[in-house]
Amino acid sequence: MLKTFSTRLALAGFIAAGAVSAQAADITGAGATFVYPVMSKWSADYSQATGNKINYQSIGSGGGIAQIKAGTVDFGSSDKPLDSKELAEAGLGQFPSVIGGVVPVVNIKGIEPGKIQFTGPLLADIFLGKITKWNDPQIVAVNAGVALPDAMITVVHRSDGSGTTFNWVNYLSKVSPEWKSKIGEGTSVQWPVGVGGKGNEGVAAYVKQIPGSIGYVELAYSLQNKMTYGAMQNAAGKFVQPSRESFQAAAASADWKNAKDFFLIITNAPGEGSWPIAATNFILMYKQPKDAARSKNALAFFKWALENGKAQAEALDFVPLPDELVKQIEAYWAAEIKA
Amino acid sequence: MSAISEKLYRRRRFKNGVALVLAGAATLFGLFWLVWILWTTLVNGIGALKPELFYQMTPPPGSDGGLANAFFGSMLMSLLAIVLGTPVGILAGTFLAEYARRSLLGESIRFVNDILLSAPSIVLGLFVYTLVVKQMGHFSGLAGAITLALIVLPVVVRTTDEMLKLVPSQMREAALSLGVPQWKVTVQVLYRSALPGIVTGVLLALARISGETAPLLFTALNNQFWSVDMSGPMASVPVVVFQYAMSPYDTWHSLAWAGAFMVTVFVLCTSLIARAIIARRKVAND
Amino acid sequence: MSTDQALPAGALSASADAVARRADADRRADRFFRYLVTGAGLFVLAALTGAALSMLWGGRLAFSTFGFEFLTTTDWDAVGKKFGALVPIYGTLVTALIAMLIAVPVSFGIALFLTEVAPPWLRTPVASAIELLAGIPSIIYGMWGLFVFVPVMSTTVIPFLTRYLGPLPIFGPLFQGPPLGIGMLTAGIVLAIMVIPFISSVMREVFLTVPTRLKESAYALGSTTWEVAWNVVLPYTRSAVIGGIFLGLGRALGETMAVTFVLGNAHQLTASLLMPGNSIAATIANEFSEADSDIYLSSLIALGFLLFIVTFVVLAIAKLMLMRLNRNEGNR
Repeated sequence: MLKTFSTRLALAGFIAAGAVSAQAADITGAGATFVYPVMSKWSADYSQATGNKINYQSIGSGGGIAQIKAGTVDFGSSDKPLDSKELAEAGLGQFPSVIGGVVPVVNIKGIEPGKIQFTGPLLADIFLGKITKWNDPQIVAVNAGVALPDAMITVVHRSDGSGTTFNWVNYLSKVSPEWKSKIGEGTSVQWPVGVGGKGNEGVAAYVKQIPGSIGYVELAYSLQNKMTYGAMQNAAGKFVQPSRESFQAAAASADWKNAKDFFLIITNAPGEGSWPIAATNFILMYKQPKDAARSKNALAFFKWALENGKAQAEALDFVPLPDELVKQIEAYWAAEIKA
Repeated sequence: MSAISEKLYRRRRFKNGVALVLAGAATLFGLFWLVWILWTTLVNGIGALKPELFYQMTPPPGSDGGLANAFFGSMLMSLLAIVLGTPVGILAGTFLAEYARRSLLGESIRFVNDILLSAPSIVLGLFVYTLVVKQMGHFSGLAGAITLALIVLPVVVRTTDEMLKLVPSQMREAALSLGVPQWKVTVQVLYRSALPGIVTGVLLALARISGETAPLLFTALNNQFWSVDMSGPMASVPVVVFQYAMSPYDTWHSLAWAGAFMVTVFVLCTSLIARAIIARRKVAND
Repeated sequence: MSTDQALPAGALSASADAVARRADADRRADRFFRYLVTGAGLFVLAALTGAALSMLWGGRLAFSTFGFEFLTTTDWDAVGKKFGALVPIYGTLVTALIAMLIAVPVSFGIALFLTEVAPPWLRTPVASAIELLAGIPSIIYGMWGLFVFVPVMSTTVIPFLTRYLGPLPIFGPLFQGPPLGIGMLTAGIVLAIMVIPFISSVMREVFLTVPTRLKESAYALGSTTWEVAWNVVLPYTRSAVIGGIFLGLGRALGETMAVTFVLGNAHQLTASLLMPGNSIAATIANEFSEADSDIYLSSLIALGFLLFIVTFVVLAIAKLMLMRLNRNEGNR
């Protein structure tokens, strides 16, 4: 018995030793779930083009921030930007990677995608539990000609902390003083009403299963699941449909030039065609990394992705960054990150 | 008088009949869920159950691929977990059964072992994260294997303890009276007769760790590429299943169900083998 | 003695030397082996103590900030940085209780069927099949629960419950609410399915330990199978059965992934079982990766520590019950 164990132990040692010497470690990144599909697409294509491997894993934005601070990954990713003070304390730099958006989705019999319209204060009142019926006069007022049933509204929110929630409640705080004072903003908040689904997928599943429900998911989930999304009134007072074009408009109208360390949340963006709940994903890296070569490899990947990865991003319903912003990011790398 | 006892007898018979029918119904109730759940994984995963599943890497959304790297990572980490956890578990089980059967220390360890047996695995994952990942400075397959080993450990301790207790004390006494030292008695006599039981324990432990998701996410992380590097992030089937199941894309969904189906089939096979070993042992003892 | 004296003196001392050396080596080896196994035993002790202490250490900020109120308040506000564990504790206990209410009678039925009713050829395959339920990974229970079981609950089971049980005077409020499909009742049912194999296999094992002569005597007096089970088998094995139930309960309290998918994860205290709630393990799994402040993270780890304590108490009770049975057996 012992003999078999010692051979097994020797085998284990052999495996471990062989493994350590096998190859130089690949670049590792972790963080927001939102960018996981596009990162894994970019990474697969990048490894085909150059042979370099970038391993990105979704552990959540909070996890991304925590892990880059703990130094266990080469780059972190978050849907919630860090302000310059926090970045400086941790010695981190920050830049955007890709743009997406959060859309309201509903389950009301007989209503087609894009046909129901919302304003920001209306959504805030629904999620505060102040509007409880679909035929409430305030909903009817912005939806002339839409047959709204006399049915209860069930609010569906995220149960896990998430960047999607952060952008959603950030927007609600900007348009509703009551939301701002009562609930506030964060990756998870104390919801006054509703049920929580785990992940975008959980929210999508609940909204599909519960008649009369309203939730919020990222665009890709609403399109892939063929859900009934709503149009939104933006800061310019125009009703816009969620689409790559309206997300792009929001990103383009945002004032990146004056944002130190790209600290900018692009919800409620100005501009006639802007989607009001567009969201940016941010990458976090050390300005003076322990291992400069690894950071250099990571930056080479992002340079490739931002310049050559636009088609892949669009195919997955993400919005690539505008060219001007990419130039600004590359200048930031040269000035700030010693890799 | 006899009419009353006749009535009573019939009532007792009736009560008995109802109870036994309910017992049968309870059994059907249990089997019903098993069939339903297995059927669900099979129906949803069948689209991805192709040969590619075993030799292609986890794909980005929209492309075809398989779970080869995840199967390999799971295999490697589970194997190492078994290699790390089993010897310690057998030795600790030996301590409980042979050296500390009625002592306070023995009882406390047995108790602690039972808590470890039902401790939520996410808590063990957090523990190893602090202990290994933070110290090493990066996620690694090794840390994942250590977490899994902590799950293997109590299962093996428990079964070794139970199995050694079942070995008749005449065997110990006979060997000891011949002047054989105790360690030799334990290794050459007791282990030999308890071996099938211990192997069963190890297989059950293997079944248990094959489905663990939460503790791996913070220790082994995951890897979309083929990796044999135990000191770096490593893919595993449960974590891939979890991430793909939570995504919006159909190709990822069917891979997730296929992975779930394969894990379930693997676990079921392992349990069946374990059961067959026990059954054979029982026959041999009769 | 006399034969020893007959041997040449040199041979005697040489062989005595060899025996003594051999005995020495054996003693050393024995001692070494003893240290080895004791070390392994202590390692098990250290592993759990380490895990528990690291939880307590991580949760110290939450415990020191909120004190006893951490256990009694219902706030779970990451923005206002106020945390209370009452909702997850309540949800954990209620879902586990529902699971037990379903799983215990069903498991008893299964054990009865497998030990007294079923024909012998059927017993092993059915017992294996039931135990396979324990082998299905819990994430699969979660996915099946969310995509398959929840729709069935919301379209069939829950409307039925609200219609017929909702108007009842005392229990009514437990079954009122919209047919969401998710919630504490659904989570309790899924947990019940997950613990049935644990409880039923313990029950089956201990039912088999009942001496045949006891059962035969009862049968000889004209008892029915049910009477034997209820009046002979169950009293004889009572403590071990309770121990098995508590082992299942321990598992139900700590289950994470499956519950996360079907519980609804709302930090609200409601009387209705049809409404969403939260549990300790689900809260940790849901929010750990996004916890963005020290006090938030610490509160989550403190929850983990509380779960340790709850499990500890539950298992201690189970252990005492089992020990009582063992003692009774010893007296017999």
